[in-house]
Amino acid sequence: MRRRDLLLHLVPALGAGALHAQNAARPQSLTRAIASSGEQIPVVGLGSWITFNVGNDRAARDQCIEVMRHFFEAGGRLIDSSPMYGSSQGVIGEGLQKLRAQSKVFSAEKVWTSSEGAAQIEQSRQLWRVPRFDLLQVHNLLAWEKQLPLLQAMKSAGKLRYVGITTSEGRRHREVEQIMRSQRIDFVQLSYNLLDREAEETLLPLARERGIAVLVNRPFREGALLRQLQRHPLPGWAREIECTSWAQAALKFIVSHPAVTCAIPATSSVAHVRENMAAAGGRMPDEALRQRMATDVRKL
Amino acid sequence: MSEWWTYGLSDFLMFSPRTYWRLIENYNQTIWPAQAVALAAGLVLLWLAADWRANGGRWMAGLLALAWLCVAWAFHWERYASINWAAPYMTMAFALQAFLLVVLGVLRRDAPMPAASIVQGMGWFMAGVGIVLYPLAVLVSGRPWAQAEVFAVMPEPTALATLGLVLASHGLSPVRRWALAIIPVLSLLLGAATLWTFST
Repeated sequence: MRRRDLLLHLVPALGAGALHAQNAARPQSLTRAIASSGEQIPVVGLGSWITFNVGNDRAARDQCIEVMRHFFEAGGRLIDSSPMYGSSQGVIGEGLQKLRAQSKVFSAEKVWTSSEGAAQIEQSRQLWRVPRFDLLQVHNLLAWEKQLPLLQAMKSAGKLRYVGITTSEGRRHREVEQIMRSQRIDFVQLSYNLLDREAEETLLPLARERGIAVLVNRPFREGALLRQLQRHPLPGWAREIECTSWAQAALKFIVSHPAVTCAIPATSSVAHVRENMAAAGGRMPDEALRQRMATDVRKL
Repeated sequence: MSEWWTYGLSDFLMFSPRTYWRLIENYNQTIWPAQAVALAAGLVLLWLAADWRANGGRWMAGLLALAWLCVAWAFHWERYASINWAAPYMTMAFALQAFLLVVLGVLRRDAPMPAASIVQGMGWFMAGVGIVLYPLAVLVSGRPWAQAEVFAVMPEPTALATLGLVLASHGLSPVRRWALAIIPVLSLLLGAATLWTFST
């Protein structure tokens, strides 16, 4: 073998070796199956509410793309957005293109209109720069009687992989429950965290029973929960589940619920996205510890 | 939208305070030195309001209409709409105010009707604050000078100065005065609510 041929063989092999070493160094992230398909997705995703709506600010857009880079490098896949979130969709689309991550991302988008849903979805798709969405959800149940059949028709036609609905901050749970019981949906998105646990009563058990995947929004109550908790030292149980911060403890509490498929914390900080992604690995609390965590946090 | 009473302004503000102030900073840097021209126009407005000469009211209303159109287009439509889905509606409201100023202030004038002195005094105070003092508020808040909010460039000082000049004006009947005050008052309430949401 000539020296040039040897180099041509060795260079890709060295590259593959480096990639393998990088993957081996990364702690194994917990994944959950989407009940309707069996497809596995990492339990920590990335929200874009407020954090990615930075308009045309070049420096802020680059910062968001850095967050996405670290998210993907840590094994993340699901990114969630909405037409309601201003420039977030365009920022995500730019990031996916620059990072060449269109094939990695699990794109979770929403339809948020009482008029023509198809036109809005196409506009969102162009902003995301993806061939199709993985998941489309009816945002806050807006005109769900009209939009859900549209999403189901798109899924049947192969233009969409999953269909869902969303709510937040404990609103309209009775209506969400009715839809979960009466409609064929793959995902439900709701708020659930250490303090807001209403979903445990009906919606989370129902999701397990009906085979519906659960996305959890506002895991930190828009940061207010962490600001409150960070005034206190981490309790002893944090070490038991390998948490180094309150954010990780809050996320582990959520993703260790057996009905939860993925939590979607939003951030514009690289340090925070790394911290969040680390919560997808290591030991998880069992049911007894989860109850203790919730009780302790309520007292703080 | 059911359960509407459970929604607050924070549910509709889809951007962070940092993003908002950075938007203003970039906007100011892009249009500089238009702020100096705007400030000069504001001082001319104060002079016109004080002078009470024939046609002064028409010039005042015309200049104010131009200021509202500038904010509608350059701020709400060109910048704010990139982070706030409600900005196109604000653009329309500001354009409507410009139209009202032209119709009620430039095309048709009433005979001079001095406002009550206390109302006029309040009007002068508000106009002075909107044009001269509002840009200086940035220094008190500790934000950089580049984030200063100037009359005819940003909504709140424009609305405050307009409301003040409408109250201080001699040439408007009470009905016209109220008609020209509605949108500035709503704009100021929205601005105050936004700042309050940021602070909470």
